[in-house]
Formats: sequence, C-alpha cells, structure tokens
Amino acid sequence: MSLLQLQNVSKSFGETAIIRDVSLSIAQGEKHAIIGPNGAGKSTLFNLISGRYGVSSGNILFKGNPIHNLKPFEIARMGLARSFQVTNIFPLLSVFENIRCGLLWSMDYRYSFWNLVSRQKALNARTEAVLEEIGLHDRRNFPAGELAYAEQRALELGIAIASGAEMILLDEPVAGMSHSEAKNAVALIRKVTEGKTLVMVEHDMSIVFDVADRITVLVYGEVIASDVPAKIRGNPRVQEAYLGEVVTGDGVEATHA
Amino acid sequence: MIEVLIFATLNGLVTGLLLFMLASGLTLIFSMMGVLNFAHASFYMLGAYFAYSISLYTGFWPALIIAPILVGLVGALVERYGLRRVHKSGHVAELIFTFGLAFLIEEAVQFFWGRSTMNYRSPDILNFPLFTLFGQNFPAYKAFMIFISVSIFIGLYYVLTRTRIGIIIQAAITHPNTVANLGHNVPFIFMAVFGAGSGLAGLAGVIAGPVLTTFPGMAVVLGSIVFVIVVIGGLGSLGGALVASLLIGLLQSYAIASNLGMPDLLNLLGVSFASDHPLNDIWRLTLPQIAPILPFLLLVLVLIFRPSGLFGKRES
Amino acid sequence: MLRKSIVWIVFAIVLLVLPQIFTSIFSISIFTQMTIAIVFALSYNMLLGQGGMLSFGHAVYFGLGGFLAVHALMMIENEEMMFSVTLIPLVGGLFGLIAALFIGSFSTHKAGTVFAMISLGMGELIAASSLILVSFFGGEAGVSGDRTYGPPFFGYDFAQGIEVYYLAAAWMFVATLCMYLFTQTPAGRMANAVRDNPERAEFIGYSARRVRFISFAMAGFFAGIAGGLFAVNYEILTEENLNAASSGRVLLMAYIGGLGFFIGPIVGAIVLTLINSLLSNYTTLWMLYLGILFVLTVMFLPRGLTGFLMMHRVPWHLGKLRLLAVPYTLTSMPGAVFLLGLVAMIEMSHASGSEFVYLGIALNPDGYGSWAFLLAVTGVAFYVLRLTLPRLRDAWSEANTITRKPDHAAKESGGQS
Ligand SMILES: Nc1ncnc2c1ncn2[C@@H]1O[C@H](COP(=O)(O)OP(=O)(O)O)[C@@H](O)[C@H]1O
Ligand SMILES: [Mg+2]
Repeated sequence: MSLLQLQNVSKSFGETAIIRDVSLSIAQGEKHAIIGPNGAGKSTLFNLISGRYGVSSGNILFKGNPIHNLKPFEIARMGLARSFQVTNIFPLLSVFENIRCGLLWSMDYRYSFWNLVSRQKALNARTEAVLEEIGLHDRRNFPAGELAYAEQRALELGIAIASGAEMILLDEPVAGMSHSEAKNAVALIRKVTEGKTLVMVEHDMSIVFDVADRITVLVYGEVIASDVPAKIRGNPRVQEAYLGEVVTGDGVEATHA
Repeated sequence: MIEVLIFATLNGLVTGLLLFMLASGLTLIFSMMGVLNFAHASFYMLGAYFAYSISLYTGFWPALIIAPILVGLVGALVERYGLRRVHKSGHVAELIFTFGLAFLIEEAVQFFWGRSTMNYRSPDILNFPLFTLFGQNFPAYKAFMIFISVSIFIGLYYVLTRTRIGIIIQAAITHPNTVANLGHNVPFIFMAVFGAGSGLAGLAGVIAGPVLTTFPGMAVVLGSIVFVIVVIGGLGSLGGALVASLLIGLLQSYAIASNLGMPDLLNLLGVSFASDHPLNDIWRLTLPQIAPILPFLLLVLVLIFRPSGLFGKRES
Repeated sequence: MLRKSIVWIVFAIVLLVLPQIFTSIFSISIFTQMTIAIVFALSYNMLLGQGGMLSFGHAVYFGLGGFLAVHALMMIENEEMMFSVTLIPLVGGLFGLIAALFIGSFSTHKAGTVFAMISLGMGELIAASSLILVSFFGGEAGVSGDRTYGPPFFGYDFAQGIEVYYLAAAWMFVATLCMYLFTQTPAGRMANAVRDNPERAEFIGYSARRVRFISFAMAGFFAGIAGGLFAVNYEILTEENLNAASSGRVLLMAYIGGLGFFIGPIVGAIVLTLINSLLSNYTTLWMLYLGILFVLTVMFLPRGLTGFLMMHRVPWHLGKLRLLAVPYTLTSMPGAVFLLGLVAMIEMSHASGSEFVYLGIALNPDGYGSWAFLLAVTGVAFYVLRLTLPRLRDAWSEANTITRKPDHAAKESGGQS
C-alpha cells in the first residue's frame, strides 16, 4: 500500500504554474529521491505535502487520508516530519532545546503545563541520543543561532528526524556540507530512516543513487520520470532534460543543476 | 436636523483631514522603514508648541512655516541617531523605542513649557465667521484648516507620482533592496522620509493647536487614533489612510452631534428597564458617550476579521 | 537542582527578613509595591519575553482583576460572602484569566504588529468603557473597599501595613515560583520556540496560535493576581489602573529589567519602584529622568539591566573580571560627575526662588556664576570621561578574549529562558 499519494496536484503562484499535474505514489518503507534542476518545484512540492501551502488543485493522501486541507501541525501529528532547504531552526534556544522541542509532541506531552521537562527521563535521554547521532553533543548548550552553517544544517536534520516520524521529507539535507560531513550525514540518514519512509531532494547524484530505491525527476513542475535508479539512468528523456552527458555507462558523476 | 447634519459633516471633514495629515506621514514612514512610529503624534504636539513659542515673536504666519521645518529636523535627528541604532535589534525594539520616545517627548514638553495649556490662538485675520447657516457660525479658521490639509494632500500626491524623489520613494517601498542597488542612498532617503513625515505631523500640530488646545496631553489624545487609522486603512496604504481618516473623523463627529442612544432604541423596541437594573449604565448609553471608543471598536473588529486592514495588501 | 532550590530558599528568606531590617512604614509600603510590581512585570514577560507578543494593553487584566477584587472586598464587608481576605488575589487572578481567555481567543491568532495593535485597541476600549460603566468601575472616582472585614487569618486582620506586606510577599513568592515552573513545562518551552520561529513550531506538531493562547491566558491570570494584591494593598481601583499609561509602565519595567531573562522583570520592577517612590521625593522631574532612562536603555542596552550584568559572564568564566575593576572605576568617576552636573543644570533650570542647594552646594539659578560653574564642571567631566573610554574598551576586549584553552562553559545557555 502506498503511504503517500499525490493525485493530479497542481500549484500556481498568481499566474505562474509551478507544479503541474503531479501524480506520485510512495510506498511504505521506500527511500525515494526527487531530483531536478533548480527552480523545478521540488521544495514547493514538499511545501504542498507538509501543508505549508495549499494546493491549487488535486489531492494528497497520507495513510489513505486526504491531508491537502490540513494545517502543518495536523499533518506533522499524523507522522510526517520534514526538514527545510533554508535552515529553519529556533535561533535563541539552545541546541539541546531545539531537539527536545522537536520531540515533545511525538512523546505525547502536547500543551501540558504540569510536567517539568527536566524531570522527563525518557525525553531527555532521547534528546541526548539524537544530539549524539547528529554530532552536536558538545554544542548542546549553545544558542542555535550561533552555530556554524554546517552545524545548523545538522541541527535542521536533527529536528526533523528527532520525532521518529513514519515519513520523513528532507530538502537538500547535505547541501553546503563538506565531503566528509556529507558522508556522515548520509550514514546518519540511512540509519535513522531504517524501516521508515524517506523522501529526499538531493543534487548530489552519488548520494541519490546510493540511497534511493526509487527516483522521481521533476522538470518545470512536471514529473518526467519516476522509477528505480537503473531505469532512470537509462531513460533518454531524463538524460536529455536533466542529467545530460554526465551519466556514463557504469557510474554517475556528481553534478549540479 | 439638517443644520446638525451639515455642521457635523463639516466638523468631521476638518477632523478627518487633520487626521490624514498625521496618518499620511505615519503611513509613508511605515511603508518605507517598517516602523510603526508611536511618537508620531508627539511630533504633532511639538509642532503646536514650537509654533506657539515662535508666534510670540513673529506672529502666526512665519510660525506656520518655521515650526514644521524645525519639527522635521528633530524627526530627522531622531531617525539618524536613535532609530537607526535600534534598527538592528529588530522591529519590536523599534516599536518600543518610539514608544519610549513618545513618553520622553511628553515629559520634555512639560519640562520646557510646563503643564498648563498654552494660550496659542488663531491669527486675528481668520477670526471671523465664514458663513452663517441656520443661525450657526462656521469659523473661517476651520475653512483655512481644510484648505491647508487639502493643499498638502495634493502636494503629496504630486511629489509621490510626478517627481524623481517620489518615484524613488515608491520604488523603495516596494523593492527596498533594488533601490540600494541602483545606487541610491537608502539610509539618507529613510532619514528624509522620517523627517518629512514628522514635519507633516508638525504642520498638523501648528494648525490644530489653536482649535484643539495646546497642552501636554494633546499627543496622547490623537496618538492612538492615528494609529488606529493607519491600521484600519491597511498598513502602508495611503489611499486607505485617507478613507479611514475621513471615516473616523465623520463617525466621531456624527456620534457627538446626534443625541441618540440606548433609551431611544429601547423606546423603539418598547422595552424598558427599572433604573436599578444592574445593567442600567448600558441602557442609558448615548452615542456622544461612546464616540471616543468607536475608533477602537472599529480597530479591533477590522483586525479580527481583516487583519490586513481595509485596503492593505501586506500582513506584518 | 540543589543550586536552584537554594536560590529559592534564599529568596524566601530575603522576603521574610527585609521588613525586619527596614522597619519604617515607608519602606514597608515600598516593599509591598515592589512585590505587586514584580508579579505584574513577570506576567508581562510571559507575553513579550517568553512568548514574543508585544502587548500595549496588559494593564487590562491587572485592572479587571483588581476591580473584581475590590467588589469581592465589598461583598465580604456586606456579608454577602464569607471568605478570608488572603484569597482576594485569587479572585483577581481568576477574573484576569477569564478576561484573557476571552480576548486571547481572537488576539493570539498572530504575533507581531497585529497582536500589538489588537492589544492597544482592546486596552483603549476597555479603559474608555470603564468610565462609562459607572456601576462596576465607579467612574472617575473608582471603587473602594476595606480589607479588614472577613474572617481573620490566624488572628491577623490586615489592618497593618506589615501584615499586608507578608500577604503580598507570600503571594508573590508562590506566583513567581509558578511562573518560573511554567517556563520549564512543555507549554512553556514551546512558548519560547514559537517566539523564535512560529512556522517551524507548526512542523513539529504545535499550533503556534494555541501555544500563544496558553501563555496569554497564564499572563492574564498572573496579572489579575497582581491586580488583586493591589486591591488588597490600596483598597481602591480607578480607571488609571487599567489604562494605556499603566500598560506602558509595565512594558517599561520589563524592558528596562531585561526581557530575555527570567529575573529581568524582577530587576526592572525593583528599580522602577525605587525610582518611583524615592526619586519622586526629591524631584518633580522624575518622569523625565525615567523617560531618558528608558530611551537610553532601548538604544544602548537592548537586553536591559540584567543583560548588562550578564555580559560579564564571559569575563567571569574566564577569570578575568578583575581586569575590568580599574577601568570601570576610572570611567565611572568622571561619568558620575558628568551625570550629576547635567542633573544639576536640569534641576536648577526648574528651581524656584533665588536659592538652589544641590548636594550641599548653594547655587544661584539667577546668576551667571552658578551656570558657568556647572557648565565648566560638566564639560570637564565629559572630556575626562571620553579620555577614559579607550582604556575601558581595551580592557573589555581583553577580558573577553580566551587566552588559555577554549572554555565552552563561558557561553553556556545564553540565558534565554
Ligand atoms: N511562495 C512563493 N511565491 C511565488 N513563487 C514561488 C514561491 N515559492 C516558490 N516559488 C517559485 O516556484 C519555483 C520553484 O521553486 P522551488 O520549489 O524552490 O524549486 P526547487 O526547490 O526545485 O529549486 C521558483 O521559480 C520559485 O520562484
Ligand atoms: Mg529547493
């Protein structure tokens, strides 16, 4: 059964159609990559799925329920977490607080004003574990706004994965990281999405072909292909529209559109 | 009945246009700099006080010119040495700064001029009734106020649409970064707009001082109403500010002039309450009584149902 | 945990012994005012400092709570109700809560300018209505009651100022503790998160609006408690207690104290109450000084007095605080002379009569000599002050430079809570 389903989704800002009639189906447990040139509408697609924008037409179903009219927090509560391409954290809160806030709802604390967070052993232990995983343990008490760029990217990822949501959308999670940082981040993503469903926008083709079970190619707001990596690699339309001559017989060079 | 209506309309027009002189400056400043200037009405008060002191030496007419220029200079200095510094701490800090400034200017006015009302009066040549209708006089000075406000409105419109600086200002409102890229000195434009807006408020003070009395509380009386106007009109919309100014001016004027109230409504409905009814205060309300709160009622309603204001496009 | 408990215990002891050290009726009345101001300012900080909601109408909840508290006092007096005066602040708090639940249901939709404007509008609306609805608000004269009726509390009837102080201090202690603990709950932590980034909060499952609403309701509750304490202390409430000027004052207190810190508003409340009651004995111009202080704080100390003190945490952790001692002394001496000179001139310009004694020096407001003297002293002080600044600046950067191993502790947790 598909966990997430987009049916003929379109989105326009004013006159310009940014997403055109996109239909897509992502199965439970799938690792799905979305690729496409800059401005293709990948981030917009994430914004539609996660409720940041409303669709202009079409339906989005998550676990079989329509979510295209829900607010972001309602969608998040159903088990869909996301990260942002442009770092979107809580700048005055400490790194530790950022992660802990990401955990609160999923650990069922809701709006309670009778529990003291410092007393919640499981909550704090889980926060520590996430900090350890994203390698920010020694930064735990810094205000998030004062971190270096790569550290903020790691935190961005941390907030998204903290809750352990069933489905995780990551928008260019390793952009701007150094080679080794990216490698660690990819290993981390792999680890924490074990048994979960991942949708990831990524420009680095080696990562895409390494991680993804299926790949969707988005160009000018349209899906021109959605298939397993091997098929995508051989798809002439994709080669022409996006990958160009960089795709060689046996491997893929990293490229940026 | 008809004479009440005519005079209420004329008075509402005078108030509305006066409010617009303040609201237009406030709107310009907001659209350029994103700052809702709490101290705007304080510049209006400064205008009245400056004009009073200057007129002691020169008479009314030179003061009409000099006082607004002085107020504009004060405004420019406030922007240059105060606001610009606070700008980096964000909009809330800016709002709080102007709030503190309003507080400070009120205290400073009391320091220099004392707490009592100034004997600031309209010039003698305008002290005659312009016309008499149904035995009621309409003072020439009020006509003069209308004349000044309308001239300012036309002048402002001309400057904004026909002159180079006006075009730059309009561009800076919609695309703040592009203007800087074109090589225009944006900080200087900010200072100029803040100064000009303050000067406009000062001019409003100069002409309103003799009618609305010149006293240390005059900024507070008008300050929040002007705020209400720019918010109701839609932050950043000059047209909206004009409509809202006239709306509030007329609304208040009609409410004060009418002597309708709850008793009339109850009579109409054939309901009556004993005078010891717990809600007796409400059953006896009259329109003149609630005139002062009408603008705020309108503000809250507009913000709840249309947070961007009547004519506004942007939301903060 | 232990360290925090000690802070609270010390706080309680200070509250207990203060009136035993400063025993005059005047100082006890100031302490009572302080406790009320602290509760009010802390409740304001729940909005602005912790929740990012700039309110220009917070006095509404203080005033409404206070008015209902006075009515409760009257009902006790008329024997329509029987309960102890010690519970009056709770009455105020509950009414503040009800008002905040109602107004918050539509005003917390957005933060930022929209929220600020609604708070301003509601504030003006309620203040103006209070003058119209005479039977509840008492018009210009306000309403008054008497706190000494009702069943005595362990033999105390609160006729004495010191009894009222202990009542207010007890309520303040409990309210402060509750407000502190609130910041440590999920709702309190999310209030900070929503302040920082309301959008992201929605993607981790929280409705920014609901989070703000909860903080808003809490702030209304505690402002109402402060209003109830005010009612018990002064036994009268007027329109002035809920109008825009009162709302402005609490903003001033919280801001001058420092919004980013839990103790900021406490500092602000103490400092402003002192200025209010001490300075006003010496000069009629104290409001002018207050205005200057406020504007300068916004310009130069955006994190308030507490923020200024907290700036010294880095030198403290680096063990370099003493580097600052000499430069501070060198700068503050001409600085003090400069300020005193300025104040002398301001005061002298308003002195009536031909004699003006300032700090024991007899000056003549009508003579050129006195003016020339003050100008000279102030001018020289300013000149010397400027000479000392480079040294202070160097010492400051030296004191903030890590010389040995990097010390992360120095920047720990930034103080945002
Ligand atoms: N809120 C918005 N309003 C108007 N245009 C938008 C908005 N968000 C995105 N766009 C436009 O949609 C297009 C796709 O953007 P985006 O989804 O960020 O692309 P990608 O992530 O694939 O690089 C761009 O041309 C961008 O300018
Ligand atoms: Mg993108």
